[in-house]
Amino acid sequence: MRFAVVVFPGSNCDMDLVHAIEDVLGEEVNPVWHHESDLSSYDAILLPGGFSYGDYLRCGSLARFSPVMEAVKKEAEAGKLVVGICNGFQILTEAGLLPGALMRNDHLQFRCEIEPISVEKADSAFTMHYEQGETVQIPIAHAEGNYFCDDETLQRLEASGQILFRYAGKNPNGALANIAGITNEKGNVLGMMPHPERAIVDWMGSPDGARLFTSMLAYWKENHAS
Amino acid sequence: MYKATIFVTLKESVLDPQGVAVKGSLHTMGYSEVSDVRIGKRLEVSLDASSQAAAEEAVTLMCQKLFSNPVIEDFRFELEEV
Repeated sequence: MRFAVVVFPGSNCDMDLVHAIEDVLGEEVNPVWHHESDLSSYDAILLPGGFSYGDYLRCGSLARFSPVMEAVKKEAEAGKLVVGICNGFQILTEAGLLPGALMRNDHLQFRCEIEPISVEKADSAFTMHYEQGETVQIPIAHAEGNYFCDDETLQRLEASGQILFRYAGKNPNGALANIAGITNEKGNVLGMMPHPERAIVDWMGSPDGARLFTSMLAYWKENHAS
Repeated sequence: MYKATIFVTLKESVLDPQGVAVKGSLHTMGYSEVSDVRIGKRLEVSLDASSQAAAEEAVTLMCQKLFSNPVIEDFRFELEEV
Protein backbone atom coordinates (compact mmCIF):
# COMPACT_ATOMS: atom_id res chain seq x y z
CA MET A 1 0.00 0.00 0.00
CA ARG A 2 1.37 3.41 -0.98
CA PHE A 3 0.72 6.47 1.20
CA ALA A 4 1.18 10.12 0.24
CA VAL A 5 1.60 12.76 2.95
CA VAL A 6 0.83 16.15 1.43
CA VAL A 7 3.14 18.90 2.61
CA PHE A 8 1.83 22.47 2.52
CA PRO A 9 3.92 25.49 3.45
CA GLY A 10 3.40 25.56 7.21
CA SER A 11 2.56 21.88 7.71
CA ASN A 12 4.40 20.60 10.77
CA CYS A 13 3.07 17.10 11.47
CA ASP A 14 4.01 15.72 8.06
CA MET A 15 7.11 13.82 9.19
CA ASP A 16 5.27 12.46 12.24
CA LEU A 17 2.80 10.90 9.83
CA VAL A 18 5.58 9.53 7.62
CA HIS A 19 7.18 7.92 10.69
CA ALA A 20 3.83 6.56 11.87
CA ILE A 21 3.21 4.84 8.53
CA GLU A 22 6.76 3.48 8.40
CA ASP A 23 6.87 2.34 12.04
CA VAL A 24 3.34 1.00 12.41
CA LEU A 25 2.76 -0.44 8.95
CA GLY A 26 6.16 -0.66 7.27
CA GLU A 27 4.46 0.41 4.06
CA GLU A 28 5.73 2.81 1.41
CA VAL A 29 5.10 6.47 2.25
CA ASN A 30 6.19 9.63 0.47
CA PRO A 31 5.95 13.27 1.47
CA VAL A 32 4.43 15.10 -1.49
CA TRP A 33 4.84 18.86 -2.02
CA HIS A 34 1.59 20.76 -2.46
CA HIS A 35 2.41 21.66 -6.08
CA GLU A 36 1.99 18.02 -7.12
CA SER A 37 -0.95 17.58 -9.48
CA ASP A 38 -1.06 13.80 -9.85
CA LEU A 39 -1.62 11.46 -6.90
CA SER A 40 -2.97 8.56 -8.92
CA SER A 41 -0.09 6.24 -7.96
CA TYR A 42 -1.06 6.39 -4.26
CA ASP A 43 -3.61 4.27 -2.41
CA ALA A 44 -4.14 6.68 0.46
CA ILE A 45 -3.59 10.40 0.91
CA LEU A 46 -2.90 11.99 4.28
CA LEU A 47 -3.23 15.71 4.98
CA PRO A 48 -1.15 16.50 8.07
CA GLY A 49 -1.59 18.90 10.94
CA GLY A 50 0.16 22.23 11.21
CA PHE A 51 -0.49 25.78 10.15
CA SER A 52 -0.74 25.72 6.36
CA TYR A 53 -0.19 29.22 4.98
CA GLY A 54 0.16 30.46 8.54
CA ASP A 55 -3.57 29.92 9.10
CA TYR A 56 -4.01 33.25 7.30
CA LEU A 57 -7.60 34.35 6.54
CA ARG A 58 -9.11 31.11 7.98
CA CYS A 59 -7.46 27.80 8.83
CA GLY A 60 -7.21 25.75 5.66
CA SER A 61 -8.75 28.40 3.42
CA LEU A 62 -5.61 29.07 1.40
CA ALA A 63 -4.34 25.48 1.31
CA ARG A 64 -7.61 24.55 -0.31
CA PHE A 65 -6.44 26.32 -3.47
CA SER A 66 -3.04 24.59 -3.60
CA PRO A 67 -2.66 22.68 -6.88
CA VAL A 68 -2.54 19.35 -5.06
CA MET A 69 -6.11 19.74 -3.81
CA GLU A 70 -7.55 19.07 -7.28
CA ALA A 71 -5.68 15.77 -7.24
CA VAL A 72 -6.92 15.02 -3.71
CA LYS A 73 -10.50 15.63 -4.86
CA LYS A 74 -10.02 13.40 -7.87
CA GLU A 75 -8.65 10.50 -5.82
CA ALA A 76 -11.36 10.96 -3.17
CA GLU A 77 -14.00 10.70 -5.87
CA ALA A 78 -12.28 7.56 -7.13
CA GLY A 79 -12.84 6.04 -3.67
CA LYS A 80 -9.29 6.17 -2.34
CA LEU A 81 -8.78 6.69 1.38
CA VAL A 82 -8.14 10.30 2.37
CA VAL A 83 -7.43 11.40 5.95
CA GLY A 84 -7.09 14.97 7.17
CA ILE A 85 -5.77 15.37 10.69
CA CYS A 86 -6.18 18.64 12.59
CA ASN A 87 -5.21 21.30 10.01
CA GLY A 88 -5.85 18.57 7.40
CA PHE A 89 -9.43 18.29 8.69
CA GLN A 90 -9.80 22.07 8.41
CA ILE A 91 -8.53 21.93 4.81
CA LEU A 92 -10.97 19.13 3.89
CA THR A 93 -13.96 21.14 5.18
CA GLU A 94 -12.78 24.28 3.39
CA ALA A 95 -12.38 22.25 0.20
CA GLY A 96 -15.92 20.94 0.52
CA LEU A 97 -14.79 17.32 0.78
CA LEU A 98 -16.35 17.18 4.25
CA PRO A 99 -19.36 19.14 5.53
CA GLY A 100 -19.26 21.81 8.24
CA ALA A 101 -16.49 24.07 9.50
CA LEU A 102 -13.94 24.22 12.32
CA MET A 103 -14.19 27.34 14.38
CA ARG A 104 -12.16 28.92 17.17
CA ASN A 105 -12.32 26.87 20.40
CA ASP A 106 -15.14 28.24 22.55
CA HIS A 107 -12.70 29.10 25.38
CA LEU A 108 -10.24 30.71 22.91
CA GLN A 109 -7.32 28.64 24.25
CA PHE A 110 -4.93 26.37 22.39
CA ARG A 111 -5.39 22.88 23.87
CA CYS A 112 -2.64 20.29 23.75
CA GLU A 113 -3.51 17.19 25.79
CA ILE A 114 -4.41 13.53 25.56
CA GLU A 115 -8.18 13.18 25.25
CA PRO A 116 -10.50 10.22 25.76
CA ILE A 117 -12.13 9.64 22.38
CA SER A 118 -15.03 7.28 21.83
CA VAL A 119 -15.19 5.20 18.69
CA GLU A 120 -18.74 5.70 17.47
CA LYS A 121 -18.55 3.43 14.47
CA ALA A 122 -16.17 0.49 14.26
CA ASP A 123 -17.21 -0.86 10.86
CA SER A 124 -15.41 1.73 8.74
CA ALA A 125 -12.24 1.71 6.67
CA PHE A 126 -10.54 3.72 9.42
CA THR A 127 -11.83 2.03 12.57
CA MET A 128 -12.20 -1.69 11.85
CA HIS A 129 -9.48 -2.51 14.39
CA TYR A 130 -11.31 -0.69 17.17
CA GLU A 131 -14.28 -1.97 19.17
CA GLN A 132 -17.64 -0.28 18.74
CA GLY A 133 -18.09 2.20 21.61
CA GLU A 134 -14.50 1.77 22.82
CA THR A 135 -12.85 4.76 24.50
CA VAL A 136 -9.30 5.38 23.29
CA GLN A 137 -6.66 7.92 24.30
CA ILE A 138 -5.48 10.20 21.49
CA PRO A 139 -3.94 13.68 21.84
CA ILE A 140 -5.35 16.89 20.46
CA ALA A 141 -3.37 20.08 19.76
CA HIS A 142 -5.39 22.92 18.33
CA ALA A 143 -7.04 26.30 18.85
CA GLU A 144 -9.59 25.81 16.09
CA GLY A 145 -11.30 22.47 16.51
CA ASN A 146 -14.78 23.63 17.39
CA TYR A 147 -16.79 21.66 14.83
CA PHE A 148 -19.88 23.40 13.54
CA CYS A 149 -22.56 22.62 10.96
CA ASP A 150 -26.24 23.42 10.54
CA ASP A 151 -28.97 21.23 12.12
CA GLU A 152 -29.86 19.54 8.87
CA THR A 153 -26.23 18.53 8.23
CA LEU A 154 -25.86 17.26 11.80
CA GLN A 155 -28.96 15.09 11.43
CA ARG A 156 -27.58 13.69 8.20
CA LEU A 157 -24.18 12.97 9.81
CA GLU A 158 -25.90 11.15 12.70
CA ALA A 159 -28.35 9.24 10.52
CA SER A 160 -25.82 7.99 8.01
CA GLY A 161 -23.18 7.04 10.57
CA GLN A 162 -20.62 9.59 9.45
CA ILE A 163 -19.51 10.48 12.97
CA LEU A 164 -16.60 8.12 13.71
CA PHE A 165 -15.16 9.81 16.81
CA ARG A 166 -16.55 11.90 19.65
CA TYR A 167 -14.87 13.44 22.67
CA ALA A 168 -15.74 11.12 25.55
CA GLY A 169 -14.61 13.41 28.39
CA LYS A 170 -15.25 17.10 28.84
CA ASN A 171 -15.73 18.69 25.43
CA PRO A 172 -12.31 20.34 24.85
CA ASN A 173 -13.31 22.93 22.26
CA GLY A 174 -17.07 23.43 22.09
CA ALA A 175 -17.55 21.08 19.13
CA LEU A 176 -21.14 20.42 18.18
CA ALA A 177 -22.37 17.04 19.45
CA ASN A 178 -18.84 16.42 20.83
CA ILE A 179 -17.70 15.65 17.28
CA ALA A 180 -13.99 14.79 17.00
CA GLY A 181 -13.98 13.10 13.59
CA ILE A 182 -16.34 12.60 10.64
CA THR A 183 -16.33 10.98 7.23
CA ASN A 184 -17.97 11.91 3.98
CA GLU A 185 -21.13 10.06 2.97
CA LYS A 186 -19.20 7.42 1.03
CA GLY A 187 -16.98 6.78 4.05
CA ASN A 188 -13.60 7.07 2.30
CA VAL A 189 -12.70 10.59 3.44
CA LEU A 190 -12.02 11.12 7.15
CA GLY A 191 -11.33 14.36 8.99
CA MET A 192 -10.39 14.33 12.67
CA MET A 193 -8.97 16.80 15.16
CA PRO A 194 -7.12 14.25 17.36
CA HIS A 195 -3.63 13.20 16.21
CA PRO A 196 -3.40 9.38 15.86
CA GLU A 197 0.21 9.73 14.61
CA ARG A 198 1.16 11.12 18.03
CA ALA A 199 -0.08 8.00 19.82
CA ILE A 200 1.43 4.94 18.21
CA VAL A 201 3.54 3.41 21.02
CA ASP A 202 3.28 3.31 24.82
CA TRP A 203 6.05 5.83 25.51
CA MET A 204 4.05 8.46 23.64
CA GLY A 205 1.41 8.19 26.34
CA SER A 206 -0.88 5.94 24.36
CA PRO A 207 -0.56 3.48 21.49
CA ASP A 208 -4.24 3.83 20.55
CA GLY A 209 -3.74 5.84 17.36
CA ALA A 210 -1.84 3.01 15.66
CA ARG A 211 -5.00 1.02 15.00
CA LEU A 212 -6.34 3.75 12.73
CA PHE A 213 -3.44 3.04 10.37
CA THR A 214 -3.66 -0.74 10.71
CA SER A 215 -7.39 -0.47 9.95
CA MET A 216 -6.65 1.40 6.73
CA LEU A 217 -4.14 -1.22 5.64
CA ALA A 218 -6.54 -4.08 6.46
CA TYR A 219 -9.34 -2.35 4.56
CA TRP A 220 -7.10 -1.82 1.57
CA LYS A 221 -5.95 -5.45 1.61
CA GLU A 222 -9.56 -6.65 1.77
CA ASN A 223 -10.38 -4.58 -1.29
CA HIS A 224 -7.28 -5.49 -3.23
CA ALA A 225 -7.16 -9.23 -2.54
CA SER A 226 -6.15 -10.86 -5.79
CA MET B 1 -9.20 50.81 -10.86
CA TYR B 2 -11.65 49.90 -8.13
CA LYS B 3 -11.27 49.42 -4.42
CA ALA B 4 -13.52 47.04 -2.53
CA THR B 5 -13.80 47.20 1.24
CA ILE B 6 -15.09 43.85 2.39
CA PHE B 7 -16.56 42.96 5.77
CA VAL B 8 -16.70 39.31 6.82
CA THR B 9 -18.65 38.51 9.98
CA LEU B 10 -19.79 35.38 11.75
CA LYS B 11 -23.43 34.53 11.07
CA GLU B 12 -25.82 35.66 13.78
CA SER B 13 -26.65 32.04 14.61
CA VAL B 14 -22.96 31.31 15.28
CA LEU B 15 -21.45 32.01 18.71
CA ASP B 16 -18.51 34.42 18.58
CA PRO B 17 -16.29 33.47 21.56
CA GLN B 18 -13.93 36.40 20.90
CA GLY B 19 -16.86 38.81 21.01
CA VAL B 20 -18.10 37.25 24.25
CA ALA B 21 -14.62 37.62 25.82
CA VAL B 22 -14.37 41.26 24.72
CA LYS B 23 -17.87 41.97 26.06
CA GLY B 24 -16.76 40.50 29.40
CA SER B 25 -13.79 42.89 29.49
CA LEU B 26 -16.03 45.86 28.66
CA HIS B 27 -18.32 44.88 31.54
CA THR B 28 -15.29 44.65 33.84
CA MET B 29 -14.33 48.17 32.72
CA GLY B 30 -17.76 49.39 33.77
CA TYR B 31 -19.51 49.52 30.39
CA SER B 32 -22.51 47.62 31.67
CA GLU B 33 -24.65 49.08 28.86
CA VAL B 34 -22.89 46.85 26.28
CA SER B 35 -25.17 43.94 25.41
CA ASP B 36 -23.29 42.35 22.50
CA VAL B 37 -19.92 42.43 20.71
CA ARG B 38 -19.25 40.71 17.39
CA ILE B 39 -15.79 40.56 15.84
CA GLY B 40 -15.23 40.32 12.11
CA LYS B 41 -12.65 40.96 9.40
CA ARG B 42 -12.17 43.87 7.06
CA LEU B 43 -10.34 43.36 3.77
CA GLU B 44 -9.31 45.97 1.21
CA VAL B 45 -8.97 44.71 -2.34
CA SER B 46 -7.81 46.84 -5.27
CA LEU B 47 -8.66 45.51 -8.70
CA ASP B 48 -8.92 46.41 -12.37
CA ALA B 49 -12.32 45.93 -13.96
CA SER B 50 -14.06 47.16 -17.11
CA SER B 51 -17.04 48.54 -15.17
CA GLN B 52 -18.54 48.89 -11.71
CA ALA B 53 -20.82 45.91 -12.44
CA ALA B 54 -17.88 43.75 -13.52
CA ALA B 55 -15.94 44.68 -10.39
CA GLU B 56 -18.96 43.90 -8.24
CA GLU B 57 -19.39 40.51 -9.85
CA ALA B 58 -15.70 39.64 -9.41
CA VAL B 59 -15.62 40.71 -5.75
CA THR B 60 -18.82 38.79 -5.00
CA LEU B 61 -17.23 35.62 -6.39
CA MET B 62 -14.02 36.22 -4.42
CA CYS B 63 -16.09 36.62 -1.24
CA GLN B 64 -18.05 33.45 -1.92
CA LYS B 65 -15.06 31.32 -2.90
CA LEU B 66 -12.32 32.57 -0.59
CA PHE B 67 -12.90 35.51 1.75
CA SER B 68 -15.82 33.94 3.63
CA ASN B 69 -16.85 30.45 4.63
CA PRO B 70 -20.59 30.20 3.88
CA VAL B 71 -21.06 27.62 6.63
CA ILE B 72 -20.27 30.13 9.38
CA GLU B 73 -19.83 33.58 7.85
CA ASP B 74 -21.66 36.36 5.99
CA PHE B 75 -20.05 39.08 3.90
CA ARG B 76 -20.86 42.48 2.48
CA PHE B 77 -18.72 45.01 0.66
CA GLU B 78 -18.49 48.59 -0.49
CA LEU B 79 -17.04 49.33 -3.92
CA GLU B 80 -15.56 52.62 -5.12
CA GLU B 81 -13.75 53.72 -8.25
CA VAL B 82 -10.31 55.10 -7.41
